[in-house]
Amino acid sequence: MSAQRESQVAAAQRESQVAAAQRESQVAGASREGELSLGAGAPAGALRAGEGTPAPTVPLRRAVGALLRKELLVELRTLESVPGMSLFALSTFVVFHFALNRNSVEGDLATGVLWVTLLFASLLGVNRLFVADAEEGGVDGFLLAPVDRSAMLIAKELTLLCYLVVLELVAVPAFALLLSVPMAHALPDLLLVLALADVGVAVVGTLVAALAVQTRARDLLGPLLGLPLLVPIVIGAARATSPLLVAGHAGTPAARWLAMLALYDLIFGLIAYAVFDFLLED
Amino acid sequence: MYGRGLRALSISTVVAVVAALTLVFFYAPLEAEQGFLQKIFYLHVPLAIIALCGFVVGGLFAIGYLRTRDQRWDFRSYVVIHMSLIFALATLITGSIWAKGSWGHWWVWSEPTLVSFLIVFLLYATYQPLRFSIEDPERQARYASVFAVTAGAFVPANFIAVRLATEFLHPRVLGSTSNLPGSMALTFLVSLVAWALLFVTLCKYELTAKHTRFQLRALRRRLSGEQARDTPPRRSAAPQHPAGTAKLGARVADGGAST
Repeated sequence: MSAQRESQVAAAQRESQVAAAQRESQVAGASREGELSLGAGAPAGALRAGEGTPAPTVPLRRAVGALLRKELLVELRTLESVPGMSLFALSTFVVFHFALNRNSVEGDLATGVLWVTLLFASLLGVNRLFVADAEEGGVDGFLLAPVDRSAMLIAKELTLLCYLVVLELVAVPAFALLLSVPMAHALPDLLLVLALADVGVAVVGTLVAALAVQTRARDLLGPLLGLPLLVPIVIGAARATSPLLVAGHAGTPAARWLAMLALYDLIFGLIAYAVFDFLLED
Repeated sequence: MYGRGLRALSISTVVAVVAALTLVFFYAPLEAEQGFLQKIFYLHVPLAIIALCGFVVGGLFAIGYLRTRDQRWDFRSYVVIHMSLIFALATLITGSIWAKGSWGHWWVWSEPTLVSFLIVFLLYATYQPLRFSIEDPERQARYASVFAVTAGAFVPANFIAVRLATEFLHPRVLGSTSNLPGSMALTFLVSLVAWALLFVTLCKYELTAKHTRFQLRALRRRLSGEQARDTPPRRSAAPQHPAGTAKLGARVADGGAST
């Protein structure tokens, strides 16, 4: 294993002189950090994040695949998040039926019911996303592995995305049945809006979950941080959905809302990629 | 170290604020439609601009912290965001008063800037609880910096989103300085400078006061010996160990050894 790793590092060094020099300085930084933490017990304050990490030797795709498989396996065995989220969504529809005193909803009202329910149900999943890793030492184990730290971010985002898809497979049909929402004619458009919004919720939710999980008030801070950050997604998704949920009116979502959702996904994807490494340094 | 130039800055702030208020009340003409009420514009808009810039600057300081791991950057980021939060609250209150006066409602959802501001305010209101609920000072600084960077980037993104979502029911008469008459533009610019100076001065005061308090605490701990050092410091959302405390402690220790 170590021979393989060395040969890979050597191959990477042959690729270009500049990259090799950078990698050497990173290795030097890593050993310096090790000395510091062994000697004075001082955190490597002068070193930047990333310099201390050894050159990743496992390709990102394999690392993400392994992590994603682990997450989904854990979820399949414990069934901690997804059933809870789905059940919460169903209960919320019942609550909305009584709170609004309506047997059927459509248009703006239906959009509001759908997005409030999906948002709060997804916050349940966000709150639990890193808890098992933080409590059982999964993060420490991950940090010991010679992989890029962004692998954790991408794997968690994909995990949350899977949770959201399953949640919506349950919640959206239930929504249509329980509150007799006319949506059959606009299903493809609705799926597009849901997909774009899910990506945004997954990206923002992962970042928020990673921020909140190390705090004492994690159950409180997750939603408090998440809701304002998710408001633009709700704006875009709700505006795009509302013409779709009107009976007999085959409206299409305005392109600018879809573009806004996609742009927001992109911006927060980049932000999360830039700052996530700093959350995994313990 | 933070107190240098504080007196000159304070005096110039007082002069600028007095000049701005004089211009607002005695020089700027009454607006034709809104009359006297419009003068809140010279307070509300500068406060809003400064608060938003403060949030973004706090994010930039946080980037400085994440790059250098120098506690002073986190300290500055904390103070700037703290002060911006106060200015943002003042913006919301003055905006609300203006909305009541000109449109008859305390809160107007069709005014995109006001709504964006509320969302940004709600987001930054979680900054202090986030800091407060992380005990380890290094981790507190790191997580707060990550939050500040994310939220700093969220500020412009959120403004674009809310502005897109709002149909312009009310014409934006005072959207920018370009369509203002000269005397109003001058008053506005002087007000902007005055309130910006106030912001900087208040930030400097807070930096100085907090820094002095840390130094004092370090000295006390030195004087009362090991016993007091064991008691943990009161938990706080403010950064715990800005640079200088350790140096000062060492200096006192040297002085004690030589005498």
